[in-house]
Amino acid sequence: MTRMDFEVVVLAGGASSNLSPLVSQELPKALLPVANRPVLSYVLELLEGSNLKDLIVVVEGEDAAQLVGGWISGAYADRLHVEVAAVPEGVGTAGALRSISSYLTANDVLIVSGDLVTDVPPGAIAATHRRHGAVVTTLLCSSPVSGPSDSGTSGGKEKAKKPVRHNIIGLDPTRQYLLHMATGAEVEKDIRLQKRILQAVGQMEIRADLMDAHLYAFKRTVLQDILDQKDKFQSIRQDILPYLIRTQLSSEVSGNGLVSSESGSNKSAVQDELRWLSQHREIAPSTFQDSQPLSLKSQRDDQRSHKCCVYIANESKYCARLNSIQAFSDINRDVIGEASHLSGYSFSAQNNIIHPSAELGSKTTVGPQCMLAEGSKLGDKCSVKRSVIGRHCRIGSNVKIVNSVVMNHVTIDDGCSIQGSVICSNVQLQERVVLKDCQVGAGYIVTSGSEHKSESLARK
Amino acid sequence: MDPRRPNRTVSDPKVRQVGFVTPAATTPPPRSVSDALVSSSSAAAASSPPTGTSLSPVMIPPPRHGASDGLPARGTVPLAVPNSGSLLRRDNLQILVGAHDHNETEVVLGTPPMTSPSSRIHDGVSEFSDNASMSPWYGRSDPDKLASSLAGRNSELMMSKSVGAGGGSGGGHTPKSPLTTASVVKTLPGISGTSIFILNNLHLSEKQGGALGIQNDLAEAPMPLKEKTTKAERRALQEAQRAAKAAAKEAGEALIHFLEFYRGGVPANTQQAKSVKPSQKKDAPQVTAPSVSSEKKIVDRPIEKDRKKDVPPPRMQFDDKHKVEKVKRRAMVNQFEAKNRVELFRHLPQYIHGTQLPDLEAKFFQLDAVHPSVYKVGLHYLSGKISGGNARCIAMLLAFKEAINDYSTPPEKAFGRDLTTKISSYISFLIECRPLSISMGNAIKFLKHRIAKLPLAMSESDAKLSLQSDIDRFINEKIEIADKVIVRHAVAKIRDGDVLLTYGLSSVVEMILVYAHELGKDFRVVIVDSRPKLEGQVLLRRLIAKGLNCTYTHINAISYIMHEAKRVFLGAASVLSNGTVYSRVGTACVAMVAKAFNVPVLVCCEAYKFHERVQLDSICFNELGDPDVILKVPGHVASNYLEGCVDNDNLQLLNLNYDATPSDYVSMIITDYGMVSCTLMLFYGYVFPYC
Repeated sequence: MTRMDFEVVVLAGGASSNLSPLVSQELPKALLPVANRPVLSYVLELLEGSNLKDLIVVVEGEDAAQLVGGWISGAYADRLHVEVAAVPEGVGTAGALRSISSYLTANDVLIVSGDLVTDVPPGAIAATHRRHGAVVTTLLCSSPVSGPSDSGTSGGKEKAKKPVRHNIIGLDPTRQYLLHMATGAEVEKDIRLQKRILQAVGQMEIRADLMDAHLYAFKRTVLQDILDQKDKFQSIRQDILPYLIRTQLSSEVSGNGLVSSESGSNKSAVQDELRWLSQHREIAPSTFQDSQPLSLKSQRDDQRSHKCCVYIANESKYCARLNSIQAFSDINRDVIGEASHLSGYSFSAQNNIIHPSAELGSKTTVGPQCMLAEGSKLGDKCSVKRSVIGRHCRIGSNVKIVNSVVMNHVTIDDGCSIQGSVICSNVQLQERVVLKDCQVGAGYIVTSGSEHKSESLARK
Repeated sequence: MDPRRPNRTVSDPKVRQVGFVTPAATTPPPRSVSDALVSSSSAAAASSPPTGTSLSPVMIPPPRHGASDGLPARGTVPLAVPNSGSLLRRDNLQILVGAHDHNETEVVLGTPPMTSPSSRIHDGVSEFSDNASMSPWYGRSDPDKLASSLAGRNSELMMSKSVGAGGGSGGGHTPKSPLTTASVVKTLPGISGTSIFILNNLHLSEKQGGALGIQNDLAEAPMPLKEKTTKAERRALQEAQRAAKAAAKEAGEALIHFLEFYRGGVPANTQQAKSVKPSQKKDAPQVTAPSVSSEKKIVDRPIEKDRKKDVPPPRMQFDDKHKVEKVKRRAMVNQFEAKNRVELFRHLPQYIHGTQLPDLEAKFFQLDAVHPSVYKVGLHYLSGKISGGNARCIAMLLAFKEAINDYSTPPEKAFGRDLTTKISSYISFLIECRPLSISMGNAIKFLKHRIAKLPLAMSESDAKLSLQSDIDRFINEKIEIADKVIVRHAVAKIRDGDVLLTYGLSSVVEMILVYAHELGKDFRVVIVDSRPKLEGQVLLRRLIAKGLNCTYTHINAISYIMHEAKRVFLGAASVLSNGTVYSRVGTACVAMVAKAFNVPVLVCCEAYKFHERVQLDSICFNELGDPDVILKVPGHVASNYLEGCVDNDNLQLLNLNYDATPSDYVSMIITDYGMVSCTLMLFYGYVFPYC
């Protein structure tokens, strides 16, 4: 039997377009290094830490699947039992689920996005899901302040001005049920709320400071029904979840037919269990009453055909998704910074990680919250601040690296200055290159003396 | 010196008889028990339902319904072949009990011929229970034969022969001379290969008690049997080895003792149960006040190993630091120290919900041992989503049912035993979520009893099915039908024009009121409620919705509203054997006021919630609720005067969940067995202790 009757699906995505210069055919999103570890490893280790060792990892694209599968089998051969499933590109999260839904058997399914970096225990979501008997439970966490704690370095103010994609999330007063959800992009000026849901709960709390962490617990039967019957649904986030939220009240979709069939299948699954309960409920209804006696909600609770619940992560927990370049930099910085417990490395007294095989030239300083992986060489008089430098990089003298991510096998010649940038593997920066807030795609060569600001450089 | 102790215990045998005579009069249900232990069989005997003739102590003969005969009847499964011994013993027991008045006793002697005599000498008696529980040696089939087989007063050799012959030879003797020769015990060491076991009690009639010398040994011998864990046992052995001097009286005592021993069945010193010999030594110093302890033994004595499993462990005293530490280490859920504990209630498990729930949730996948459905129920207990004795009990049983369904015996383990440990671990998890209610304790006892009674030969799938149907039956008969019966009884007490007062929210009271309303009775309901749970509001809304005429007030107005009431209907979490009603806090207050106003108080309680514990106050056993909720006054945000005081060391908050209503304040208890006056609960407590 699966653990606690939960199955875990990790949606590792494929070559994501909004991370364009960073990801490539050779480097799918799931393998993007965060503190020199593939981002997927954070999810896998989170799950492993929760004793969830049978996983299904869904990757878009055959090649990506092979890469991911190869990496997993190498890194987790004896620790996890992972099945990697390849789905065609562009099917969306719902499509990916659809293609594997026939393999699911457990009562509930935990769906985790592969780009999640968090320390929220997945068990908490699962337990909440169980406790409420919900159809879907989502993890909400406080949305990261984009480009936070840049603390004086350049671009802090500019980033703050960037339009943040707000999630508009409606909760009931007890903050247990999800009543409304819209992404910032959908929100122009007005928010449309459903009157019926509003009437049912009486009061709705609308939050814009919460982010959907793309960690869901679904009731399997419902999920499969939706996937089967709504074949146009592309995304969990944009289609399935709103649909479930919309149809929370059975009366509303009486003509739909889907919900009734859902509840029918639900019932048959748990009918045996509930037979006595319901029987007793008939003769002693009040024993099964919810604990809030006079609130309107509990009165209406019976009318709910299914429940959409939320688990709101504690403020102290770290939770971020690697879904943009900005997020990539942020997460890299956080993982070796404030959320350092996630990285799994032990920090030196100077609060940084310098691999013993890394070589530093004279008068080179590596500040706190930095990471220097094995085999990298730094020349003289370099300065590294709040940056991650990958394996086997060769960095010349007088190089300044601030707030940046440098991946593996990068060559940086003397006199370069790099700020707030991401430099992918095998990039060569010739002498005196100045980069500010740039992304340099893999294998690119930046000619000497060039200056770039807020550009995305990649091989054509 | 030894005979004196038993004397003291016999000095008040009435108490014991009360519990015993009644059930014993019923026909003994022959049960098949795979690993039948002496104790369990006795428990079975004690728990057999009171049927017609035996109900003398109860003034209102309770009508029987499905619950009364359905469940126990299940026990009467034909036995498996190797268990004939245990069956027999049970028969003997039953008959003994029944015949107790005539002071007849029977001796069953068994010889295990193979065992080495030397070991036998020392622990012959102490081993007895173990052997008896397992050995198929006692192959005899009826007590007459038994008695007769032992009647031979010749030599121990004779006896051993007759016993060894398995009753066949014994059958030849006439039952006229039940005087038994037991001098054997003394000579045992000398005689190789023979040893005597006293399986049951002496068959010893006073009239015929001439052969005292012979009888003595027998009379003495069974005493170790009942007190096997005490020093007295060894003494008794010595005594037995000494000369004979006992009288028929002693035999009678022995019988009583024996009965107590079999009666057993209440949580207590479980550690005694392990191996007899070491415990002997351990307990030796405790036997200083035997007269007192023998009193207690009736209730408190755990008898066998499986008794330990049958019964939830004794309540932990939470002010005992060592124990708390120990439990903490074992706990699956982190337990936190509650601050500002009220001194008087330190011994109770402190309420730690607020910190516990997130922790428990976070560990969802780590808790290996807990079945998902059990886990869910635990979460519901913790979050208060399921509350109330019946609901919690049903939810727990359903979760167990599902867990049993998913259970498969690991290799090299026995189904019954492994399942019992599994269930025990679930229970300890549930206890961590919220202390068990008495109803749940009884249901657990029932379930474990059922598991223990599964025949070994039964296949796993059959056993699972049988357990699941047992659970269903329990829920159906002990709770649902019981509720219906209670409703029928109680409705008879409602007349047109009545004003009925009820307190809080009781499922069965609600059913009564609704049913009475459906019958067209014209009455008014006064619902008395109290903070912080305000459960009465739920009841209020439901009753109003059904069209009942209601008055709602809080408990601080109870003395004002009471003069209107004609009758008070209360629910109960449990009814204890001294008639004390253990119920939602505030019930005692309502009952007391009702008494002062001469309003009859009717407590509705299903019989499966009865408990043989005696409780005089609500301090020893209680449950603490969330202390913070009493600070909050609903609807009065402004008047939260105590806000910010919580951290003050001078403030200690106490939120008790239960209180004990003395039987004086209760006019009548309505159970599924009928309506009884509270003073009779003493008897009832013995009549229906188990399910």
